[in-house]
Amino acid sequence: MKTIYVDNNATTQVAPEVLESMLPFFKDLYGNPSSIHFFGGQVTRHINVAREKVAALLGCDPMEIVFTSCGTEGDNFSIRGVLEAYPMKKHIITTKVEHPAVKNTCEYLAKRGYFLTELSVNKEGMLNLDELRESIREDTGIVSIMYANNETGVIFPIEEIGQIVKEHNIIFHVDAVQAVGKIPVNLKNSTIDLLTLSGHKLHTPKGIGAQFIRRGTKIRPFVIGGHQEKGRRGGTENVPYIVGLGTACELAMKNIEKENVYVRRLRDKLENSLLANTPNARLNGRKTMRLPNTSNLSFEYVEGEAILLHLSELGICASSGSACTSGSLEPSHVLRAMGVPFTAAHGSVRFSLSIYNTEEEIDYIIEQTPPIIKTLREISPFGRKELKESLK
Amino acid sequence: MWEYSEKVKEHFMNPRNVGEIPNADAVGEVGNIACGDALVLYLKIDKKTDKILDAKFQTFGCASAIASSSALTEMIIGLTIDEALKITEDDIARYLDGLPEAKMHCSVMGRDALEAAVNKYRGEKIEATHEDEGKIVCTCFGVTDKKILRAIKEHNLKIVEQVTYYTKAGGGCGGCIPEIEDLIAQVHQEEATIAKSEKEPKPQVLTNIQKIKMIEEVINTEIKPMLQKDGGDIELIDIEGDKVLVALRGACSQCVGAVTTLKNFVEKKLQEYVSDSIFVEEVKG
Repeated sequence: MKTIYVDNNATTQVAPEVLESMLPFFKDLYGNPSSIHFFGGQVTRHINVAREKVAALLGCDPMEIVFTSCGTEGDNFSIRGVLEAYPMKKHIITTKVEHPAVKNTCEYLAKRGYFLTELSVNKEGMLNLDELRESIREDTGIVSIMYANNETGVIFPIEEIGQIVKEHNIIFHVDAVQAVGKIPVNLKNSTIDLLTLSGHKLHTPKGIGAQFIRRGTKIRPFVIGGHQEKGRRGGTENVPYIVGLGTACELAMKNIEKENVYVRRLRDKLENSLLANTPNARLNGRKTMRLPNTSNLSFEYVEGEAILLHLSELGICASSGSACTSGSLEPSHVLRAMGVPFTAAHGSVRFSLSIYNTEEEIDYIIEQTPPIIKTLREISPFGRKELKESLK
Repeated sequence: MWEYSEKVKEHFMNPRNVGEIPNADAVGEVGNIACGDALVLYLKIDKKTDKILDAKFQTFGCASAIASSSALTEMIIGLTIDEALKITEDDIARYLDGLPEAKMHCSVMGRDALEAAVNKYRGEKIEATHEDEGKIVCTCFGVTDKKILRAIKEHNLKIVEQVTYYTKAGGGCGGCIPEIEDLIAQVHQEEATIAKSEKEPKPQVLTNIQKIKMIEEVINTEIKPMLQKDGGDIELIDIEGDKVLVALRGACSQCVGAVTTLKNFVEKKLQEYVSDSIFVEEVKG
């Protein structure tokens, strides 16, 4: 059975070029970059090159990049590091649709004396910027808002948000884990103070991330230890992975156009076809201003996990915001925040593509999905009447 | 990804007995679309022998819900109603070579649908004995205290998470978690009455000074540490007869669950250790 991988917002295939660039650091080049001798020193040079490549993709100074272990660490570092640096600031603003790395960090802090405002979204997944303006307080320490949503792909107007945040001199953190590599992100002349990215969403192996910290931003380290990363993140550098991330960022710069033309075309083909050929299917999230690779569809009256397992039997790997897939009993907090009705939220499926997907793969999904939905609807006690009516 | 047995996968991919029975003798419905799973069970029953001649189902839900429904119909066809009612959720899970613990509520749903169908069937035959269904504890999923107590007893559940796996209660907003904790404690206390009798009995008559001292002690040793674990705190303000005035501090002061904490935790502890007539009120500021 051929694997058709359309779950790239969860993780991505390691690019062959990335793996290739990492291998020497698992073998001969094992030195510690902190060592004085030539053997460690030659490794330091490779880290610096990787740092330059990450900075080039983001349009920032290499000195503003700190390597971390993953996106979750970057989010924790940003939010907790800033609040610790500003002990008088007791208020956090975020949104209701953040990734758990931000959401749960903020909720944890809210239990420890911080005040938390979670901005709501409308049914298209968009923020109301007036709500943001009204939420800002004297003691707001950080505004943490994602660049693009992992479930729906909806992109927030980050610079517009940043303008409002910076008018009040508040630190602005952006979780850009889903955005970097899929859409152009440029930090030059940006309002963003802190930006978090994760390697495995842009074709490195899991276990590496990078954190942009604008020069002059007050932040305390989250991982306390040695002097690595200029004292901003302790711990011996994960050299092979840092080098791999450098290569991945270099590739992402090259491929960003392919992402936005080729991947977008495949995504649109998949989405339009499934919406047209499956009754009672709907798109979750706004159609425009969306990541070019993501499509979140709901098939009413069927349950997401059941769809995924049927797809999986055919080698198709996707994901769902249904309750049963997550281990929790409630459907995705993102879909609920958008007011997606339960009938649709339980039956949501997310397809997230990458440049490695082919036209044949997409055609295969287009061919195989509608019969699965039909079979499951025949088992389901719901929606018979509604479906009949919509088919008239 | 869930670890499903081959049998679960097989019943999910090729479910048996799917559909409706026109003019069914009994229909049992459980769950609803908001909960994320629902099952309608149709039975054809031989009225003379009470034998289940045919069973069909319609299920909205995940793989384990569909497989459990399919398994249930296979298990009950040919049995009498009484024999079928003896089937437990564990039997359904066993028939499927096991279910992940977090999915046990799917097999519970099967048994509940069967019970609902039989109750309806018997209700039509004989006058139904209206059983008390209990009070709703989990409003998100509509789970009653009776159902929770039964699950705790039958499966010897020790923590809230397990109760959620079996009944879904507590899996939504989490507002009922203190109540579920109480129910767990209730069951295990009943079971451990001997151990409890070793505990010092409550003093019968207390002077005011004794009472104040005891309340202070219980707050400091039993209540404060629990609240502090969650970043909260409590301060004893005053005692007027049986009325204990307290102020919640730290995380508790902004917590929406504060009233519940006050009534279900603070008041209960004071009643348990000091006197049954004590009630607690919050002083703001």
